[in-house]
Amino acid sequence: MTQRVVVLAGGLSHEREVSLRSGRRVADAMSAVGVEATVRDVDSELMPWLRREQPDCVIPLLHGEVGEDGALREILELAGAAYVGSTPAAARLAFDKPIAKQVISKAGIRTPASVALPADTFREVGAASVMAALVERLGLPLFVKPAQGGSALGCTAVDSAAALPAAMVSCFAYGSVALVERKVAGVELSVPVVGSANGAEALPAVEIRPDGGVYDYTARYTAGATEFVVPADVSEQVATASARVALTAHGVLGLRDLSRSDLIVDTDGEVWFLEVNVAPGMTETSLVPLSVDAAGLDLGQLMATLAKEAATRGPRRP
Amino acid sequence: MDEPTIPERAHPRGRGARQTRLDIYVDRYATRTQRMKASEIRALFAVASRPEVVSLAGGMPNISGLPLDAVAETLGELVVDRGTQAMQYSSGQGDPGLREQICTVMALEGVAAHPDDVVVTVGSQQGLDLITRVFCDPGDVVLCEAPSYVGALGVFGSYECEVVHVAMDDQGLQPEALRHTIDIVRAAGKRVKFLYTIPNFHNPAAVTLSAQRRTQVLDICADADVLVVEDNPYGLLGFDTEPMRAIRADGPERVVYLGSFSKTFAPGFRVGWVVAPHAVRDKLVRAQETATLCPPTFSQLAVSAYLANHDWRGQIKSFASMYREHRDAMLAALDEHFPTTASWTRPAGGFYVWVTLPSGLDAGAMLSRAVTARVAYVPGTAFYADGNGTTAMRLSYCYPTPERIREGVRRLAGVMGTELELREMFGATGPGLPSRGYSSPNTDLT
Repeated sequence: MTQRVVVLAGGLSHEREVSLRSGRRVADAMSAVGVEATVRDVDSELMPWLRREQPDCVIPLLHGEVGEDGALREILELAGAAYVGSTPAAARLAFDKPIAKQVISKAGIRTPASVALPADTFREVGAASVMAALVERLGLPLFVKPAQGGSALGCTAVDSAAALPAAMVSCFAYGSVALVERKVAGVELSVPVVGSANGAEALPAVEIRPDGGVYDYTARYTAGATEFVVPADVSEQVATASARVALTAHGVLGLRDLSRSDLIVDTDGEVWFLEVNVAPGMTETSLVPLSVDAAGLDLGQLMATLAKEAATRGPRRP
Repeated sequence: MDEPTIPERAHPRGRGARQTRLDIYVDRYATRTQRMKASEIRALFAVASRPEVVSLAGGMPNISGLPLDAVAETLGELVVDRGTQAMQYSSGQGDPGLREQICTVMALEGVAAHPDDVVVTVGSQQGLDLITRVFCDPGDVVLCEAPSYVGALGVFGSYECEVVHVAMDDQGLQPEALRHTIDIVRAAGKRVKFLYTIPNFHNPAAVTLSAQRRTQVLDICADADVLVVEDNPYGLLGFDTEPMRAIRADGPERVVYLGSFSKTFAPGFRVGWVVAPHAVRDKLVRAQETATLCPPTFSQLAVSAYLANHDWRGQIKSFASMYREHRDAMLAALDEHFPTTASWTRPAGGFYVWVTLPSGLDAGAMLSRAVTARVAYVPGTAFYADGNGTTAMRLSYCYPTPERIREGVRRLAGVMGTELELREMFGATGPGLPSRGYSSPNTDLT
């Protein structure tokens, strides 16, 4: 029997446009392998609609808050829908970058030193002294990013103390907590992981070489503005270490079905974990589809398999 | 269906390394295409189109007051009586009957044109494209007001023109600044191809060029042998006064005039026009034939039938009265909620208010916070080709209801307060980060 799958895309986050593109691409790829896949936005009619339509499976592809912070997955569980991807609790853990870093660090994975602080703390304690202490503790250069969010929105590389205030303001325009992280120079890699628990497998690492040196929003979503190498042009040893880091992140955070870890390989060949995404981008310029292709898989068939597994798993029973 | 197998091990070297830019045409694009890039601000506007967001960004006319039943009857008759003509190719210059009617419309602003002088275009936006195509080589200078219409800057950019801005004040373009700018450009060995100006209820600056200055601008351009391109989409949408005399009325050989039915009737028909001196007109017709063969016949005949069968003058008055209510709502909300350290124009017509923010704020950097608070506007930098405008924003009152306008301004004031407090706290009082790109002209559709 033909699978009926609903891909949820859009939403109200800053990454709405990216999500819509991801959704279309996945739905098209699944339709091409015989799945009845439709794209739907998230709105006030979603729950009654899901109850009425009862699709075999839902693929949540909303990026940013709601989509990745666990909220939408809670809604899917409340609606009794089977869905592809991590549980609400695991998504919440992964979406909060400082917490995810802490969990992963405890599992023995390197992650750049960082401090996470809400805007209120800067207000209460005095922004100037806190910023001075951050530079003193972490050194320069730094990377400032919202503790929650994606697509590099609100992210800034900071090379001097003078540039930190503008970076903080920019970051707080996208979220209430900032993650200030030591910037590790090196090769940028992204490693998708598919499957769950014992069956999880890493796909080929994608190496990212943005023309301007910074993988910002423009470099991510302008076709041609970034060169990708897949599998990454790294040694066997680094490739294996990168896969191990991505698998560890997937495992210790309790992620399911699909995740993508962003990593840096420093000049000594050490692999550093930066963050993990539970609803990674699937657009024409996104990394997961590239890696899936390099693994010799078909994106539509892979998603169809994950959808079938999710449908078999069924909705979570109260 | 073959089921894929999830790989059983990592694939560090699965198929041999592949280098890709995900765009096989990447090294083939024209120079003018290479500046078309994805931008954060464009992404934010994707959210602005959702109903939860009060969009004070877009310039969509509010056509809810159109008598749709009557228009439907007219369109039905058009199909029944002249369907095969309406759905056929037609003249590249545009339907002769519509061109006559266009002359009647322009007479309201003192323009005495002959239908032969008129070229119908796909909205005045296409008129602007054709004019630039006909006149400009890469590197040619086009003079624009500071700020200027984002869609015009997009056209000039696509033909690789160099835009040089000329200062404005509350009476519009400053004649002395115009003279001075022409001198400077020429001293630099560059050629000015034309001055692009929006004399009435300017988009985005919301000011109107005074009668005295219209004469001065025409004289300066005549002396300097610079063509004037007069873009007039809002001239009939004044709230308190009769339409002003068009610049074209006093300099038919020196002025190319752009008109539009998008604001006085409906934008979906995409019918605008250009009135140009004879030699220019002939070239515009050729360019139009190359671009579209002919402007859409059905749309032209639909607009023509509307003008013939309906009280279009009364409809324009009704639109203006509605926009006046919207403007009043926005100005009252701004007076109530915005800090006294911000300033804004008080438009006598058109669609927009131009806000100058309190010192230290950057409208582009603040947009993400605004979208989070479910309100959107267009940052001032969109209206400059030279990176200026960081401390300004354009607010439109044309489309949302007065209640939504009040709510939007209230939200925006909150956003501004938070941003100001954060910037003061961090001592970040300069412009925001320079990486924030901007792409035109889709914001006017948001």
